[in-house]
Order: sequence, then structure tokens, then C-alpha cells
Amino acid sequence: MQKNKFDILESGCVPLPVENVDTDQIIPARFLTATSRQGFGENLFRDWRFDKEGNRYESFVLNNPSFSGQVLVAGKNFGCGSSREHAVWAISDYGFRAVVSSFFADIFKNNALNNGLLPVVVPESYLSDLLELVRKVPGTQVRIDLENQNLRVLPDGEPVSFDINPYKKECLMKGLDDIDYLLSIKDMIAAYEFRNTLRR
Amino acid sequence: MTAQTLFEKIWNSHVVRTLEGGPEVLYIDQHYIHEVTSPQAFEGLRTRGISVLRPHKTLATADHNIPTTDQHLPIRDLLSRNQVNTLEENCKQYGIEYYGINNPKNGIVHVIGPELGYTLPGMTIVCGDSHTSTHGAFGTIAFGIGTSEVEMVLATQCILQSKPKTLRIKVNGRIGKGVTAKDIILYIISRISAGGATGYFVEYAGSAITALGMEERMTICNMSIEMGARGGLIAPDHTTYAYLNKISSLSNRPDFKSMLLRWRNLKTDEGAVFDKELEFYASDIRPMITYGTNPGMGMGIDESIPDGDNSSSFMKSLDYMGFKPGMKLLGHPVDYVFVGSCTNGRIEDLRAFAAMVKGRKKAPGVTALIVPGSKKVEQQANNEGLTSILRDAGFELRQPGCSSCLAMNEDKVPAGKYAVATSNRNFEGRQGPGARTLLASPLTAAAAAVTGRITDPRELLND
Repeated sequence: MQKNKFDILESGCVPLPVENVDTDQIIPARFLTATSRQGFGENLFRDWRFDKEGNRYESFVLNNPSFSGQVLVAGKNFGCGSSREHAVWAISDYGFRAVVSSFFADIFKNNALNNGLLPVVVPESYLSDLLELVRKVPGTQVRIDLENQNLRVLPDGEPVSFDINPYKKECLMKGLDDIDYLLSIKDMIAAYEFRNTLRR
Repeated sequence: MTAQTLFEKIWNSHVVRTLEGGPEVLYIDQHYIHEVTSPQAFEGLRTRGISVLRPHKTLATADHNIPTTDQHLPIRDLLSRNQVNTLEENCKQYGIEYYGINNPKNGIVHVIGPELGYTLPGMTIVCGDSHTSTHGAFGTIAFGIGTSEVEMVLATQCILQSKPKTLRIKVNGRIGKGVTAKDIILYIISRISAGGATGYFVEYAGSAITALGMEERMTICNMSIEMGARGGLIAPDHTTYAYLNKISSLSNRPDFKSMLLRWRNLKTDEGAVFDKELEFYASDIRPMITYGTNPGMGMGIDESIPDGDNSSSFMKSLDYMGFKPGMKLLGHPVDYVFVGSCTNGRIEDLRAFAAMVKGRKKAPGVTALIVPGSKKVEQQANNEGLTSILRDAGFELRQPGCSSCLAMNEDKVPAGKYAVATSNRNFEGRQGPGARTLLASPLTAAAAAVTGRITDPRELLND
């Protein structure tokens, strides 16, 4: 199925200088009872954004009008914990298209890539500089160039490169997904099953 | 042939195809699904107009959002009810075996998979749940996946995965009295940190690991994800075979003997190289408790909260818990005790808890949620008289489900309250908005339940 394509993103940043942000914070379990993929953005970081009565915590970054943009910059081990893909759906539905951190939890990273949300892994020192810059200078813009695999602060920051699996990169750039590919090799899967049944 | 790790043997034998510079197409032997992370996957199949390729390789259960009392009544929460009904309808439509509420085989997905004999050594196993790593206790490659990947497995019995690096963690020596498998894994995570094994698949080895029974091994492998590992496994041995031999649906199979023979090869070869190796000593491990908001923030129960980490993440975490650096937790009041989950909701966990509370009384002011991991565990607890031991001590055994581990149902801990929990995550709000969770073993939970305070279980051990 055709998904949104990703090539170059120029955008403001939202800084979240917290380490080990788990998917329970991104989308609390009590909001997982839906049977569709839509609408999770409303409850993104629910318990950090709102108190029990639904009043906003003014100090939380998503409630601070100085920060906006499609790039979330967060502390290391972002997306740890539960495998819930709802976390990625919530981040995307809210309007983010990329998350920058020094490393991501494995399942979260796969889920992000499967939904066109780009996880950008930068060195830890670069991340702490970027977080500091973005917090001090709200409105800081970055440019993420997927084809050339680099990120830089606009207008004239030094580009920092990031890794991405070549297959996943192609999927993101062309808006393709894994199921299309797996369905296209059905014969190969059937052959594997045949060999396996004989062997076992 | 070069020496291989157990992980490599299983992985390599399941690769359908390797993409250039990219992930591998991995064949999945056993797929588990539940009500929360599957509906969107079935919806995806319908949108694409495709079906389930191998329905008999998927098993479904309802566990995450179901109530743990009055299960004979319709689920009160309408969204949860709809989600469970949707799973049932999807299973019916696509011919998938479904063990719903009140089915004698119902239970937490990672409890029933092994106890019913679906999980077998050498398999690749996935489920839309991060604690799928539990099944690694049988010498399987088992890991959690997202809903898009659930859809892939339903549609093609395969997923695309990059091969993780390998990490061997050895624990040698003998654990002391009052120290359990839960303490071993909480200790390991406290040493490695909540993200320290990201990108790795773990093999647990060493004399302290091989001395463990299957349920204890499941507790260890279950929490592999809590240090960021993709999964964790333990090579099958006589303990594994003895466990499987007791499952009659399995041992009565005509090919059971040939399976046993094949499984003998499931071990890491002498001289095989891991990307990383770590070693710990069982004698260093005490009963553990967590003091923060990720499972890596754990310590010996008689230790003090570390002093010296001034990072904002660390302080935010202690603030949430209402703790200060340098504080001791022994004697700290406890409001809730939760025994259950895919980590510690099996019969041995209930036995350990019951043995400690036997002849004692639940402390006034403590609310206890004792939740069996499955209908079978519930039945066994009744048969063994555990339920009445619990009742005499002032505890009630609830009905099976994930319950207060993630508090999707009514089993929530109120804001600000302290809960000693045998589950796997102490994240902010995990057991309900504002709830403060301290992870520990069933023994430590029992000690807290009868004293109303954080108590070293070694002080209460019955000889």
C-alpha cells in the first residue's frame, strides 16, 4: 500500500530532554482500546500534557507555543518498553515526521519505519548540543535529508550523518511497505515451507 | 563448519531470503495474538483484500483489557468489550484458534503458550507484545513486534528483520535463600541499564541459570526487553524436556521422540563467538527492589537509593516516586501489592506467595491484587489449596488476565499510592495515572503484603 514518501524535511524542533521515554508515556495503555489507527495524537504524552481534570501542564513542551515543528528531539533510549505501535501512530497523528535521539528501542524503531516516521540516530554529544540549542533558541530549524542521510541545523550548521538500512530507506523514499514486498515473494516462502516440512 | 551460537542456529534455519544490505525475511513458526494489538492488522488484511496464510500457526487469547472479577458477565467497559468481540470475530472469519474469556485454556498469552505446549524449542515465535521474549526460556527466538508486523505474519507467515547482535550473560554460582529468578533478572537489568542491551539478543547461561526450573527461566527471559534486548533465550536441557514431557497433548504425539532428538542440537557450540559477553555472580545478588521509573533503577532491598546522579531524568524519576537520593526503602509504607503478570503469574509464584503469607494476615491498609496468569493456574491453585491459604490470610484470588501490570482494566493503583508489584514495568502511570510501582519478587511482595511495609523477605522466611 502506498504510504507518505519521505525525502527532505525542513522544520522546527520540539525538545524533550528526557531519557528512556517509554511507550506508556507516549500513549498510556488506557487509550489502547481503539480498533482503528486514527486519532491517537489527541492523547500523545497524555499524562505529561494534562492533569486528571484535563488542564494543561503549561511547563510541558508540547503546551509551550514557542516550540513547534515536525521534528521531535528526545533523550536516549526513546520508545522503550511496550511494543504498542499506537505510540508511533500517536506521534505521527500529532504531526511529527521524524524523531531525533542517540538511540531508539528496537521495536519502536521498526514500528516507526513501518509507518513513515523517520528515526534519526545521532551521536550522544551532538544530541545534547542540539537539545541545548533548540531549548535556548526556540524556532531553530533543521533540515533532514534522507537520501544523503544527514541532518543539519539551518541555515549553516555542520551536517551530521545518520545510518539507515538501505532497504528501509528505499521503502521510505518510495512510500512502499514490507507487506507489499513479502507478498511479492510468496513462492519463495512456499518453497521454504516445503523444504522445511520435508526436513522436519 | 564454524562454531555457531544457539541464536545463530535457530535464526539461520529460518531465513527465507536475505536482502542486499538490508533485513532478512524470517519465517515464523508460532504466532500469538491478543485483543489490543491485532484489530488494526486484520483491518489491514481486509483493506488489501488478502487472507491469513497459515491460520493454524496463530493462536489467540483475550488477556490485556479483560476484568479479573465476574468474568461470566459481559465486559462493562464498552470499548474493551468491542475489542474482545472484534478479536473473536476476526478469529472466526479467518479460522484461527481462539481461547476467549471463560475458555478453560484462556490466560495471559505468554503463560498459556508454554503451558499448552505451543511453544517448542528451536522455534521462531512472535507476538504483538514486548514480553514475547518469555518463550526464549525454551530455547526459541521469541520477540515482540508491532501491529504492522502482526499483519505481515498473518499475511505471509514471515517478517523482515535485521539480525541482532549476540550477547551472552552468564550467572554463575548459587543464589541465596529468599533470592529468586526475579531478583536475578532485576539485578542484571540494574547493572546493564534499561537500554544497555539494545540491538542485542541475549543467551543466558551459567550454573545459576541452568539450576532454574522452567517457570523461573520464563521470568528471566520475560524481562530481557527491560534492558532493551530484542529477546533472550536459554538452551533447552533435561529441565526443558521434563517440563514438555508433562504436557500430554505433546508427549502423546507420535513424533515427540524425534523432536526430542532434534532438540539435542540446540546449544551454542564450543568456541562460538558472541558480539559481547558479561558475567555475574549469584552470590552478589540479594532480593531486589526498584526505586525509580524504569526497570534499570533497581537495588538490593537493604541498599540506599544511589546518591550522585544529578541528571534531570534521574531526579524527575525520583520526584515522581516521592523518593530522595540516599534514601533507604526498608520500612517504607506500601498501599498496594500486585502478584501476577506474564513475569510472575504462574503456579510457582502463587506457591511462593502463599507459603510466606500462610499463618500470617494481610496488613490492614494494604490492598492486594492476586491474579493468576491463566485458567489452568487458577484451577491448580484451587486444587493445591493455595486459594484457601490465601483466603485465610485475608487475600482473594482473582480471575486470570494481565490486570494491574498495565492497568487497562479496572485493576488500577490510585495516584500517589505505592505498589509492590511482581510485574515487569515501573514506568510512570503504568499501574494507573500517578501510581508508584516498585518491582520485586513474589516473596518480597508477600513480605510487603503482611507487614504493610517494604520488608526484606529473608526476615520472614519459613524454615
